[in-house]
Parts: sequence; C-alpha cells; structure tokens
Amino acid sequence: MKIGLFIPCYVDQFYPKVGIATYELLQKLGCEVHFPMGQTCCGQPMANSGYAHLTKGCDANFIANFTGFDYIVCPSGSCVLHVKDHLHDDKNEEAAAEIRNRVFELTEFITDILKIDHIDGSFPFKVGMHVSCHGQRGLMLSQMSELNAPFFSKPEKLLHNIKGLDLVALTRKDECCGFGGTFCVTEEAVSVKMGQDRIKDHESHNVDYITGGDMSCLMHLDGILKRQKSRIKTIHIAEILNSLEN
Amino acid sequence: MSSKAEILNRIKLNQPDLVTDLPDLSLLGSEDFDILETYKTVLKGIGGDPVEVSDYSEIINYIKSNYNLQKRLITTLPELSEIASLDWNNVDPHSLQDVELTVVKAHFGVAENSALWVTDDILGQRISPFIAQYLAIIVHKNDIVRTMQQAYERIGNQEYGFGTFIAGPSKTADIEQSLVLGAHGARGLIVFLLD
Amino acid sequence: MSSEKIIQHSEAAAKFNKDVERVNWHDETLWFVRAKRDKSAHQINDWELLRETASKIKANVLSNIHDYLVEFEANAQKNGIIVHWAADAKEHNEIVHSIMAKHDVKQMVKSKSMLTEECHLNDYLAEKGIEVIDSDLGEYIVQLRKEPPSHIVLPAIHLKKEDVSETFHEHLGTEKGNFDPQYLTESARHSLRNTFLTRKAALTGVNFAIAETGEFVVCTNEGNADMGAHLADVHIACMGFEKLIPQRRHLGVFLRLLARSATGQPITTFSSHFKKPRDGKELHIVIVDNGRSKQLGREDFRNSLKCIRCGACMNTCPVYRRSGGHSYHNAVAGPIGSILAPNLDMSKNADLPFASTLCGSCTNVCPVKIDIHDQLYKWRQVLVKDGYTPKAKTIAMKTMAAVLANPTIFNIAGKSGRFVMKNVPSMVNNKMNKWYDQREMPDVPEQSFREWYKKNSRESKAKDNEQ
Repeated sequence: MKIGLFIPCYVDQFYPKVGIATYELLQKLGCEVHFPMGQTCCGQPMANSGYAHLTKGCDANFIANFTGFDYIVCPSGSCVLHVKDHLHDDKNEEAAAEIRNRVFELTEFITDILKIDHIDGSFPFKVGMHVSCHGQRGLMLSQMSELNAPFFSKPEKLLHNIKGLDLVALTRKDECCGFGGTFCVTEEAVSVKMGQDRIKDHESHNVDYITGGDMSCLMHLDGILKRQKSRIKTIHIAEILNSLEN
Repeated sequence: MSSKAEILNRIKLNQPDLVTDLPDLSLLGSEDFDILETYKTVLKGIGGDPVEVSDYSEIINYIKSNYNLQKRLITTLPELSEIASLDWNNVDPHSLQDVELTVVKAHFGVAENSALWVTDDILGQRISPFIAQYLAIIVHKNDIVRTMQQAYERIGNQEYGFGTFIAGPSKTADIEQSLVLGAHGARGLIVFLLD
Repeated sequence: MSSEKIIQHSEAAAKFNKDVERVNWHDETLWFVRAKRDKSAHQINDWELLRETASKIKANVLSNIHDYLVEFEANAQKNGIIVHWAADAKEHNEIVHSIMAKHDVKQMVKSKSMLTEECHLNDYLAEKGIEVIDSDLGEYIVQLRKEPPSHIVLPAIHLKKEDVSETFHEHLGTEKGNFDPQYLTESARHSLRNTFLTRKAALTGVNFAIAETGEFVVCTNEGNADMGAHLADVHIACMGFEKLIPQRRHLGVFLRLLARSATGQPITTFSSHFKKPRDGKELHIVIVDNGRSKQLGREDFRNSLKCIRCGACMNTCPVYRRSGGHSYHNAVAGPIGSILAPNLDMSKNADLPFASTLCGSCTNVCPVKIDIHDQLYKWRQVLVKDGYTPKAKTIAMKTMAAVLANPTIFNIAGKSGRFVMKNVPSMVNNKMNKWYDQREMPDVPEQSFREWYKKNSRESKAKDNEQ
C-alpha cells in the first residue's frame, strides 16, 4: 500500500517529531510511505480567512504532489477536512476528486482502512484527549456531544490499548480550544480565554499530558501552558501511538 | 406598487425554483412509555402538582382544604358551583384581576411535556387561566395522549378563536437563570387527573 | 442609531474579557443551559429525526413561501384578522404607529419580539410620544437600563442579580441590597400587572404562523404575551415572513423542538394559538420583509431563514459565551446573528462572520439543521471578495498565497526563519504579534521534518546506497 505522507506546513517546520512519529508508525503498520518533497500547505489558513479564491496555486501544488498514491495520510484532522471539502482544480478536477476521496486523518486511516484497533505501545501517564473540532465535527472521528447518537471515538479506541495510559473523562469533552486559524490573533482575547478554559478542565483532572490529533490546537494550548509555566505537557497522538521502540 | 405586491414579487423571484416535498410525519411520536406516570413525572419536573381524583366531590374537597374560599374562585364547570362562581363569562376581563383560583377542564393532556390543551369555549374568557393567582385544570386520565404528534392529530381541524397549551405554572429564569414560579400568570398549577 | 460607531466584535470581546470572573460566570451559566438542552434532547428517541423533519418542512416553506403567504393572508382575513405588509423596518414602524394613532392610544405593552428589536420600534414610537413597556422580565430589566437584549431567549443573561437589584431599586423602589431573584421577580410582577391592566394596545411577536388556518402561535413561559393580548382592545402581532409553516399539524414537530433546544424545558409554559380576535376587539398582523426576500435569493444563505429563534447556537457557542451578546452589535447575536446580519448591512457587520472558530457546534444543536458554520465560512468569502476586509490583511494573504503555491520559495522562506510561524497565525499583524501577548511561541527545532526526511527516510537511504 503506497501512502503519500501529508505533513502540514507548520508541523513540518515546528514539530518535525510529529512528522517522524507518523512516518515511523505507518511504516511499522506495514505501509510504504513517501513524503512528496514539493508539498507546502493545503491553503486552509487563507480559505478560512475568506481568501479561498487565492488558494488555486496551493491546490494545484497539492494535486501535483499527491496524485498517484493509494492513500494520503496526514496527522491533522483540520488539514484533511480542508482538502476533503475544498480541494478543486478546474484544469484537473478528476485528480482533485481522487485525492479528496483518498485523503485520511491518521487515526481514521488506522482504524478504518488498515482495520487496526490495537497498537502496542506504552505511555504510563494520565492523559486528557483534546478533541479537535474539525476532526470530530468535520471528519466524524468521534461522536459529537450535541447529537442524540451512540458514542464512539476512533482515536480513543487506539489510546485505550496503550499500556499504562490513563485516559481521563473531561467535563466538557468536545469544547473548542479557541485556536481557529487566524482567529487566534484576530480575536486574541477570546481565543486565549477559550484555551485557558480548556486547560483548566484538563488540570482539574490532574493530567500529565494533553494529547490530540491536531497540532494546531496543541500548539495554541502549549503556548498558554508554557506562559503559565504549567507542568502539563502536550503531545500529538502519533507520538503516543509510536511509543514502542523498534 | 403596494408593499404587499412588491414583497410577493421579490419572493417569487428569489425563492428556489423547485418546491421540495413535505416530510412524512407518521414516523414520529412512536416513543414507548407509561403515559400517566410520564405525565405526572414531567408535570412535577416543571413545577406543577398532579392530584389523582375519582370524581368531582374529591376535587371540591381538595379545593376546600387548600384554598381560601373567601377569595374569588371562578370556574366554567357547573359541577363546581358549590365553591366557585360561574357568572363571569361576560364581565370586563380586567375585573378578573382579583381572582385567586381559576378551575377549568382541558380537552386533553400530553404526556411528554405535561401540557394541557384548552380553547376559548371552555375558558369562559381568554384571560381566565392567565390572570388568576392560581390555576387548576381537570383532565380525564384517558384523555392524555403520548406526544405532540398525537396532540395535533387530536386537535385536527378543531374550530376555535383562541387555544393554548398550558404546561405548568407561569415561570421565569431571567435573573441569573434562577427559576421563579409565578412570573405574570399563575403561581401554581394543580392538575386534577380524573378517573 | 445608524450614525453610531460600531465597535468591532474583537474589540468589544477583549473588553468583556477584562473581568475574568464575570466571563467565567457568563460562560458557565450559558453552558448550564446547553447542558439542560442536551439532557432534554437526549431523552427523545426521535430527536435527530425531529430535527431532520423540521428542516425539511422549513425547506418546503422557503421553496413555496409566495403561495403560503397568499394562503395565510386569505385565511387570516377570513378569521377577522387585519393583515399588513411592511417592506422594511421603517414601514413596519409606521404601520404599528398608524394603528396606535387610529385608536388614539399612547401606551403599549409589548411581549418579546426580536423583529421589533431589529426594526428599533421602541425608539421610533418614543419619538412619536408613545410609551412602550416590555413585559418579558428579561426585556423589562434591559429596557429599564436602556440596553438592548444580549440574547434572543435570555435578554438579561449578561447581568447578575446585583445589577438587577440595583436597577429595580432605582426604578421600582425595591429594597437596596436585596438580591433575591424571587423578591425581584415578585416586584416586577406587581409593577407589570398594573401595566397589563391599563394598556389598551398590546404587541406580541409570532413564533409560528400557519398558512392552512390563518392562525399564529406565540410561546412564552411567563404568560406575558397572553396577559397583554387578552386585556387589550388592540393586539398587534409582528412577524418576519419566514415564520410561516404550512399546516397546523406541523406545530407538533416545532413545539417539540423549540423549548427543548432553547432551555431544555419539554415545552414552553404557554403555546398560545391566536386565530380570531375577541368579539369587538382588533387583531392585526404585520408581515415584514426587511431584507428577508434578499436573503431568500442568496442560495448559500437562504437556509438561515429556517431559524426558529431558539438561541441554542448562542448557548453552545464558545465564542458567544466568552464575548457576550452585545459584542455582536446586532439585534440577533451569536452564530445565527452572524449569518443574518451581513445580509442587513455588509459594511457594518463584516466582522461578525469572523467572530467564530468554525467549530461547528452551532450546526449540531440547531433544531432546523441550519449549516451555520458553513455559512460563516461562505460569508467570509463574500465579504473578502466584496472588499469589506482590511487591505493589510489582503496584501498579507496574497504574499502567503504566492509563497505557498511555490515549493522552492516555500523551502527557502522556511529555512530563513520559519515562514509559517511568522505568517500563518499572525499574518494580519506582524508589527505586534498578538500570539505572543498571552502565549509562548513554539521552540524552533534544529531541523524541519523535510530536512530530517532527506537524511533519514527509507527512500533517501535507499538512494544513498545506490550512489
């Protein structure tokens, strides 16, 4: 199975360890993984700011880099959702549609495509799961608390099988952290307050780590935690799932 | 052009070309629960008091022992003439401002929300259930339907000038979300569940 | 009114956030309402089917509203109701005033109507020498304080009991320092009872109007709409034309959804169906457009007209809970307000669709399944294209788009100081990076992922071996 590894631009530049964990984990799970070197950004920051009409170049570049793979896998629900919902190219719509169908967030790829529920790993800590809105409400990686529907969670299913990992039940299990792309600076006051409130929920459950499937949420939360000089650390779910040494 | 013509023109121009179908309502309202028990539980939950009675004399006794008969009690039910007056249908509605208790009988009740359906022909005056300090409504136990779905099936094409569902006493939570009963209307609601 | 300078949502929100304890209280109080909604909704097996059904009924209404309006008017007239049509807010206000003038009535009691807030009716009537008293307790409180409501269902949710106590002490002479909600409500009851008993004209809103029967339904918990309407000689009911539903039996769907979505109650205390005037009295309906027909023509946004004004999207919105209703500077605040307001005035309300993280919770609680967060996204595109966003932002975005479309430039930019961090979150304001005000920047790693990959991946190692 030939996988195109889609690493979000800010993960590439600031969180290489998340990219590495994703790469190694997929290989461990038997995939042939390639990272197309020409990839840049999916265009979401511009589109969500109202500049979707400027993302044609990004789209074309994305299609050029990710055509021809069996699947495209990415450790970010938000970026995957953007590609699924908005990747288009007038000159190459067939290829765009193909990519929209083949792009997956890491944990849903593992549970739904690879059909793996159990990954060996060890992470002996108390962990709070931060559910990213785009992953949950957009990609439906887990059940949304607003709906009258049975609970499920693809990422939590994987975390439950990690040795020593104690997953806490948060008071507000799927409230937004307030990152929101450019929202984090244009609405700085509310953005930070939302982040602080999410952290308080995790703190009140005495977590050692906050994990999640979207590094953008975690970057925002981590920025606040560090400013508060908190002992709580953030870690991407790929790093936990890749915790077993080769 | 009149505003009416102008608005309707703009709407005609702007509404979608294709009229979508109305959905099937028959799939709704199939919840399964004990109707009377649910009715009572829900009523208590919203601040009302269910009282089970087997006949009108029990209702009279209950009212006698719980309300001050010296105050103004009104009803539209001849069965209650012993304790409440019946001669107020044509008075100025403002003159009902000193009513302590209004007693009326509902067409039917709804289990899922404890609402009672009343219309102007059984209210005497439209204001009667609102202006009184307290309200009592009688409903036959076998006149309680499951959900609003069945409620509107029952109402059907019923003719009325005014009708209302009443669920519990008048209430507000506009100050810090703390619930206060008796906002403008009745401070309490007794529902007599008649065999 | 219109000459007032609009304070941007972000600025008002920053001010709101200065009082941390109050923000916490506001957030928790509204979250409590959301939790009550969840509990109530989750008890109904049919819940998701009800939402779907309600959404479909409203879709049918929007696609056939011309005929339904004609049908409604004819049936209402048959019932003895006088029907008026108002193209905009101004005409709406003039119609209401003309009815008052015809009867030579100078005082009105009014129950909750967001439409009259939208039209600024109170100010208009005040100028004409007509006194209006809002009878919903929350609206009464904010009216005494000369503030607009901050929430469509809970108008005074931004206030604490101490504030209300202060206001009532000043205006109603209640005991100073008595904060007890029971006591304060009782005082308002007494004062407003006198109002109800003396007003000859009552105005109410409309929750649902039924084409098939020409009747309309008004829902309240307090009974204030009924107290006003049944004691007055003239009852005026004002409705946006989208309040229409086809048949009476459809109320069975909407009344199951409305209160549960709004406050978690199984139904409002009173769901009053007005079909005919009382003998010898007058009943008027004013059907208002005020931009609605324009919104109906916007394919991407017409679904916003399905709204039944439950307020669930506000209660669940993490931004609304932490910025307060007044920060939206529009009669309807919160997520739904942010997709309705740009239709009324794009220039004034260009900030509102950006006052969201697009988390999508609003869409999930909406009882008529309006795609609120998708519409927020779409409004952003429209507002940018029509030139309602700051120039600096557009220039920054264009630079970013050029770099991100070109991998070579991107890689150079990335090496020379991490292009992404400099540009992605803080692109609108490079001089003063708002990220850093209350957050640390991420540490800059020794190498990017692609640099690591070049050296360490199986692919590149294989290549190395070949060489």
